[in-house]
Amino acid sequence: MEYEQVASISQVAALIFFIVLFAGVVLYAFWPGNKKSFDEAAKLPLEDDPESGNEKDN
Amino acid sequence: MAAASQRDEWSALSDILAIGAAGFLTILGLILAVAGEDRAMAFHGCLLFAASGLALIYMLTQFVEKREPADTSGYADGVIRAGVIATIIWGLVGFTVGDIIAWQLAFPALNFDLPWTNFGRLRPVHTSAVIFAFGGNALIATSFYVVQRTCRARLAGKWSPWFVFWGYQLFIVLAATGYVLGVTQSKEYAEPEWYVDLWLTIVWVVYFFVFVGTVAKRKDPHVYVANWFYLAFIVTIALLHIVNNVAVPVSLLGTKSYIAYSGVQDAMTQWWYGHNAVGFFLTAGFLGMMYYFVPKRAERPVYSYRLSIVHFWSLIFIYIWAGPHHLHYTALPDWAQTLGMTFSIILWMPSWGGMINGLMTLSGAWDKLRTDPVIRMLIVAVAFYGMSTFEGPLMAIRSVNSLSHYTDWTIGHVHSGALGWVAFITFGALYCLVPWLWHRKALYSQRLVEWHFWIATLGIVLYITSMWVSGILQGLMWRAYDQLGFLEYSFVETVEAMHPFYVIRAIGGLLFLVGALLMAYNFWRTIRGDEPVDATDQPSVAAAPEFRPGEYTAPAE
Repeated sequence: MEYEQVASISQVAALIFFIVLFAGVVLYAFWPGNKKSFDEAAKLPLEDDPESGNEKDN
Repeated sequence: MAAASQRDEWSALSDILAIGAAGFLTILGLILAVAGEDRAMAFHGCLLFAASGLALIYMLTQFVEKREPADTSGYADGVIRAGVIATIIWGLVGFTVGDIIAWQLAFPALNFDLPWTNFGRLRPVHTSAVIFAFGGNALIATSFYVVQRTCRARLAGKWSPWFVFWGYQLFIVLAATGYVLGVTQSKEYAEPEWYVDLWLTIVWVVYFFVFVGTVAKRKDPHVYVANWFYLAFIVTIALLHIVNNVAVPVSLLGTKSYIAYSGVQDAMTQWWYGHNAVGFFLTAGFLGMMYYFVPKRAERPVYSYRLSIVHFWSLIFIYIWAGPHHLHYTALPDWAQTLGMTFSIILWMPSWGGMINGLMTLSGAWDKLRTDPVIRMLIVAVAFYGMSTFEGPLMAIRSVNSLSHYTDWTIGHVHSGALGWVAFITFGALYCLVPWLWHRKALYSQRLVEWHFWIATLGIVLYITSMWVSGILQGLMWRAYDQLGFLEYSFVETVEAMHPFYVIRAIGGLLFLVGALLMAYNFWRTIRGDEPVDATDQPSVAAAPEFRPGEYTAPAE
């Protein structure tokens, strides 16, 4: 295979890969069903430091 | 009961592993100290011997005394307090050395004609001290704080968090003493030689496991966005560090090694590393800090959580390609240069998305900028982040780069990011953390924070404006031709022209250092437990959680 062929295939493949990836990220971020869990996550730093009980079970 | 005995077994196993590792390192240090082929290696062997010997003795005393097992119900804050103190001390060291070399550039006699104090050896001491010692300790300490609070879980590991802390300090001391003694592999921001690189790799892998182990213990399904940024920082730095430092040592008992790559491959690997050290150490890590401390201090959630997700994924996927812009007009193929330039420009988008997200978190509470100097510091840091991430892509454009490259413009750009963004966001986070971690009702003095803010801001402005003028002057003088096509200026004439700007820059650096000294004094008084002088002026969020009115009280560690 010629260098130009390899170059053009990899360029197109990378273009498609990154656009699909970016579209996936945007879809995930703006999917209406995810809004509730994002709102919960956004509040995590504001809830006051409660006792961490995670040690008790392991 | 079964769970308790299983936990005791794990605890005993971790004791044995930690003691065994310390014993092994003590012996290794002794071997290097005795058989090291050069004096620097023998000296570093002594350091390793002393450090691991002390660790071994400490752990054995814990073991022999059979102390009651430490309370593991709360958060592990001791290692964070140590990290905060280390951040302050290394910051003062790094700023001081930086200002010394700034004066050396203005007045070269200050090199003192000694090998240990010349610019070439002190410059990596400055860069490593501010990036890796000050910035690195700040990132490790805040990441340990943020991951515990947002995951509601105690740090994973018994000895491991402390190994990360002390191992990282040993790395810093090995690197810095090596530079002063002339040990370097001559890769910018990756100067430590092979054996120090190996040590950092071990420390970093343990850091990764402590962080991921803590995330894995969370009860909540969500992993807060700040942790994503911290994790990207930890994983990518490991990858960059290992790939860029592949080297063959001349002898296992000597300091000298040769890098596996040569020519343009070496240059490309180096700047793939170098630019992503900016992207993932100085940007992603500190964005983690921003996404926790700005909302926490402003007492409102981040402006848009959705934007933070897009910010995260686009930033990490784009940054990794930007490195070749450091190699414009070199032997690097044109397509690679164009690739680096293009991705640098695309970076405007995620960078400004992140900046807007940070700034707009204050939406509806802008008055806090006037009343709370800590939030002002955090927000000005985000503004500097926006400014330097605007300037960076501009300078990555090849035709702009032909003027700016190799001039002081680059130095000015780096410092608008380093002083304005990295240091200010760290100062803001530290001003939050010190009263919270030491259970104080407020900072000792908010007025001192005001002074720190304005003195440091003035210092940054003097620094970056003088470097813009000096850099553009230098670039224009280098490319000036006379009517006959000869270069108009000799190199030394450009050096002479830059002298006044070097003096202004060194004054700016001095102001920045003075501000940091005020901060250190303020923290010293706060930690000592002195009565705050202006507690009533400070917002309630300045106090440790248990002192905030009407809020849930966390048990002390």
